[in-house]
Amino acid sequence: MKRRHFLQLGGIGLASTALPLHAQQLMPAQDLAPLIRAVVGDAAPKSGRIRITLPQLAENGNSVPLELNVDSPMTEAEHVRSLHVFAERNPRPLIASFHLGPHAGRARVTTRIRLAGSQRVVAIAVLSDGSAWSNEVEVVVTSAACLDEMSL
Amino acid sequence: MTEAVNVGRLRVPPRAKRGEVVEIRLLLQHPMENGFRRDTLGRSVPRNIIHRLVAHYDGREILRAELGTGMAANPYFAFFTRAGASGEVIIEWEDDLGVKGSLRAPIEVS
Repeated sequence: MKRRHFLQLGGIGLASTALPLHAQQLMPAQDLAPLIRAVVGDAAPKSGRIRITLPQLAENGNSVPLELNVDSPMTEAEHVRSLHVFAERNPRPLIASFHLGPHAGRARVTTRIRLAGSQRVVAIAVLSDGSAWSNEVEVVVTSAACLDEMSL
Repeated sequence: MTEAVNVGRLRVPPRAKRGEVVEIRLLLQHPMENGFRRDTLGRSVPRNIIHRLVAHYDGREILRAELGTGMAANPYFAFFTRAGASGEVIIEWEDDLGVKGSLRAPIEVS
């Protein structure tokens, strides 16, 4: 095991113990790193550039408004190629991938997502120069998306 | 392949100035079954998600979405494009049952 991997595992362990006790324990938080690598490749995402707008407190996890926004001129030379959003406690963490391009005009997508309980939501932007940027927010969900009869 | 009927609403500004960035809003009627639910008899409800959605305008792709089980039922999308020439915004999608749908709306560019 490489030192880097060991440290990453330690970091994940610390992060999960730091979660509030009342966080709903429907699904254990999953390691997003391999899923993120699958969409952005080996370029490690840097922190910043992408803004996530989500309510801090969502009453109903079945429909939570989400906006992803990147400041980009959206020209042929410089644009956002794709936006990806992950929720680490959803049974399928990759919620959606949006492929944009210079014809999108503005790198902003609004939609509504499901969240299976309080958790961290991570968004990644891949730009035309190949760089990847990430940001994350914590959301408290008082009534989780309908997964109660899920076979775990 | 089945064609979806009575499927939702597509809103685009009917008129725009050349070069203006316009917002496109789309609301689809779809259960977005995540495959984790069971019905009242305990049978599991099969997954049925609109897994792919593509938007074209003026002959060019402006948005392509790959969607998963984490999308809300009756999915809503708002996104943008830059008005180039008069033409149609065309949205096409397909769900896990192979049902395809499409919506169109014109933009007149001056």
